[in-house]
Amino acid sequence: MTSKRAVDITVKVNGKEHSAAVEPRLLLVHFIREHLALTGTHVGCDTTNCGACTVLLDGRAVKSCTLFAVQADGRELRTIEGVGNTSALHPLQEGFKEKHGLQCGFCTPGMIMSACALLEKKPHPTEEDIRWGISGNLCRCTGYQNIVKAVQYAAEKMSAPTPQA
Amino acid sequence: MLAKTSPEIGGMGHPIKRKEDLRFIQGKGNYIDDVQLPGMVYGHMVRSPYAHARITAIRTEEAKKLPGVLAVITGEDLAKANLAWMPTLFHDKQMVLATGKVLFQSQEVAFVVAEDRYTAADAAELVEVDYEELPVLVDPHKAQDTDAPILRDDREEKSNLIFHWEVGDRAATEQQMKSAPVTALVKAFFPRCHPAPLETCGCVIDFNSATGKLTAWITSQAPHAHRTVFALVAGLPEQNIRVISPDIGGGFGNKVPVYPGYVCAAVAALTIGRPVKWIETRSENLQSTGFARDYHMEAELAADKDGRVRALRVKTLADHGAFNAAAQPTKFPAGLFSICTGSYDFSQAFCEVDGVYTNKAPGGIAYRCSFRVTEAAYLIERAMDVLAQELKLDPAELRRRNFIPPEKFPYPSPLGWSYDSGNYQGALDLALEKIGYNELRKEQAEKRKRGELMGIGISSFTEIVGAGPSHTFDILGLKMFDSAELRVHPTGKAIMRMGTKSQGQGHETTYAQIVAQELGIPAADVAIEEGDTDTAPYGLGTYASRSTPTSGAAAALAARKVREKARKIAAHLLEVSEEDLEWEPGKFSVKGAPGKSKTIQEIAFAAYTNFPQGLEPGLEAVHYYDPPNLTFPFGTYVAVVDIDKGTGEVKVRRFVAVDDCGNIINPMIVEGQVHGGLTEGLAIAFMQEISYDESGNIQGGTFMDYLVPTAVETPSWETGNTCTPSPHHPFGAKGVGESPNVGSPAAFVNAVVDALSHLGVKHIDMPLAPWKIWQILKEKGVTQ
Repeated sequence: MTSKRAVDITVKVNGKEHSAAVEPRLLLVHFIREHLALTGTHVGCDTTNCGACTVLLDGRAVKSCTLFAVQADGRELRTIEGVGNTSALHPLQEGFKEKHGLQCGFCTPGMIMSACALLEKKPHPTEEDIRWGISGNLCRCTGYQNIVKAVQYAAEKMSAPTPQA
Repeated sequence: MLAKTSPEIGGMGHPIKRKEDLRFIQGKGNYIDDVQLPGMVYGHMVRSPYAHARITAIRTEEAKKLPGVLAVITGEDLAKANLAWMPTLFHDKQMVLATGKVLFQSQEVAFVVAEDRYTAADAAELVEVDYEELPVLVDPHKAQDTDAPILRDDREEKSNLIFHWEVGDRAATEQQMKSAPVTALVKAFFPRCHPAPLETCGCVIDFNSATGKLTAWITSQAPHAHRTVFALVAGLPEQNIRVISPDIGGGFGNKVPVYPGYVCAAVAALTIGRPVKWIETRSENLQSTGFARDYHMEAELAADKDGRVRALRVKTLADHGAFNAAAQPTKFPAGLFSICTGSYDFSQAFCEVDGVYTNKAPGGIAYRCSFRVTEAAYLIERAMDVLAQELKLDPAELRRRNFIPPEKFPYPSPLGWSYDSGNYQGALDLALEKIGYNELRKEQAEKRKRGELMGIGISSFTEIVGAGPSHTFDILGLKMFDSAELRVHPTGKAIMRMGTKSQGQGHETTYAQIVAQELGIPAADVAIEEGDTDTAPYGLGTYASRSTPTSGAAAALAARKVREKARKIAAHLLEVSEEDLEWEPGKFSVKGAPGKSKTIQEIAFAAYTNFPQGLEPGLEAVHYYDPPNLTFPFGTYVAVVDIDKGTGEVKVRRFVAVDDCGNIINPMIVEGQVHGGLTEGLAIAFMQEISYDESGNIQGGTFMDYLVPTAVETPSWETGNTCTPSPHHPFGAKGVGESPNVGSPAAFVNAVVDALSHLGVKHIDMPLAPWKIWQILKEKGVTQ
């Protein structure tokens, strides 16, 4: 897809800078998935309805299927791959597992990113806050009830005082 | 009751956390669009804007000139290889790419392949197709009119009728209809809807010209069946076809059929010599693959004055679209719709279904459903409420009077099924108790006096799942058994491969729990693999809640075979005879000498290092399970709704779901399945419909019009269980995945009709959108 129309961009992704020459119309989600090979960000609808492609752009939850890669130039992205790993799961990742907040797992990365943004703004959300906070993300498997519990689990865990070493 | 293993072993009944979650919560799943091969190129479909039109020309030159375009394939190209048509899963054929004419809007017309997906989409825009519009048939009720256009001129029969199917005793049922003191009639349309899994369908097809091997990654709920279809359709030797079903982002029946895109990608991979990826857009998914329902139904009940039912007569018109692409067992053109007598003890019943072609997308797939059981459950549960209303009887009381009593099981239904077990009264009682039924009825009476609209809806559904016994069940001739192959490693860990394929149901956890239950090997030590036809034993896949009833049973029986071999090794190690040994989960002990024992892990090691002379080394077993009967899960769901008189909006205030799926493998997963299915039921009842205008333009072909509930519209679900084990299943399980989707639509609709019943409302067709309710309120003069 590198044509003479390519535009140079530099994006900080999960703490690391990436430079690339991209076609102006390249969608951010395809930049993330195909150029950076970070396939945890999913495409469920390509029309901004489902939220499976949600990532954090300068800390704000956005749907990466409806942004161009060039719009992320000079900005900071966080994807599910930058949230936690097996030896150090993020409380939200832990919550989804503990509370059975996922089934097929396709919406899960986007849900977690939206919930990340929510908890950043509202560390002590009510159930209603959580339901509205994830209302841009569709899930066809869980009925959301256990996703709400997963976010509550994370909120509690994140606000608990950290034991001093 | 099953013996309960320790939490460390984690056998049946433990709510253990899912093994598959670790990769999904980190974005490390491997879904179809994540499959990336060297040299891979992309396919894009050109689709018809018309519902019925003759193709007079297809010009591909401009598209082919675009840099990066590798091929443009048309129906004429496919015809040369005899691939322009393919068989459907149900006695019909379907165009892969249109030749001659198109039969529905969005039909596949040409397949463009290019170096990247953007170029492929650009090139698709450059393919020019000339169409000559033909008269469109949208209304199935007009399909058999003499002036109706004949849609399928490829068929010998010059008619839009696909099939007429009937079951039961017509004469005896009609006699009852005439003689019974009370009859009740309901005409209910179950709208066309779509499973809409969050991941759309897609594939990556790679052909290695050196080895002749075709490897097909497909979002397939039935990878083995797909391999056989590929072998039969493409004429490739079956050992040279490997279907891999990767992680699947939800299926719900959408991913059972073979779709034109898969065939086109395979043809392109063979001709171009590079791997080809094809992924549906959301609109393509909703508009062309895998619709469900679209049943125009009529039920008439004959009853005594006290409400005891005598007979049921059902007449249905099934709209199958342009091709009969239903995915269901061969002998059942209307699937298992004849479960429509439900939980009730009818002495006579008769059911007939006409299937017709229209200019709509093909399908009739089983959306979280054992082949039309959802339509059947909805119809009978709606009909029972209409009868209750007719008799001014409480709907719970009417059901109580008519349930098949527990002592009548196994129960031969008048339409030919043998229900394995049931205790319908038990589930109803628990559900009414949980919801506080009597108090709610009092509240409703008070609210009615104040002019407020509140309703309570009950659905006491019976399921029929676990297809199925080989004497009756096959798809394309393939019998509907399923399988498990268990290997225990020297260190006592194990791997089990299955003929099914999870799409989120948690098989990697639940199947391991079955092995844990049977062998005492901790579930954490048992790896489960599915979806690779080169390694997994043959099976018909996961849909229709069949995994636990079929492959789950195979897992238990394979494990029992391993246990019997382990017994021989244990006897050898302990120097006693096999009869002197007794089993408890995880070890064999010498009877009367409990200290003298060998663990399954010690036995596994001996199977490779110290086995008795004459015994085959190793510790593994395979089992193909041919179920003796179907299983019959059931339950009672109760919905409480409040209706806003200003807007017609319905709020589901509470919903109690009591399910009986027999013995439970993992209660956490069962509850999750119920939550998810109820949310799909909510969507079907209140917001979803794929309809067509008179020109055959699809309405509801995007997520802007085909609504999926968010966390905000979805209520909190309350769940409960009764337990009536299946008498014929190896560990008494029944399957549960589809129950909430099958049972809930009637509960929602019954609740809304109940809220309006005092105004004379007897039935409202789904979806119960606010505008529809508001119009009824206006007509009745009760809007605010």
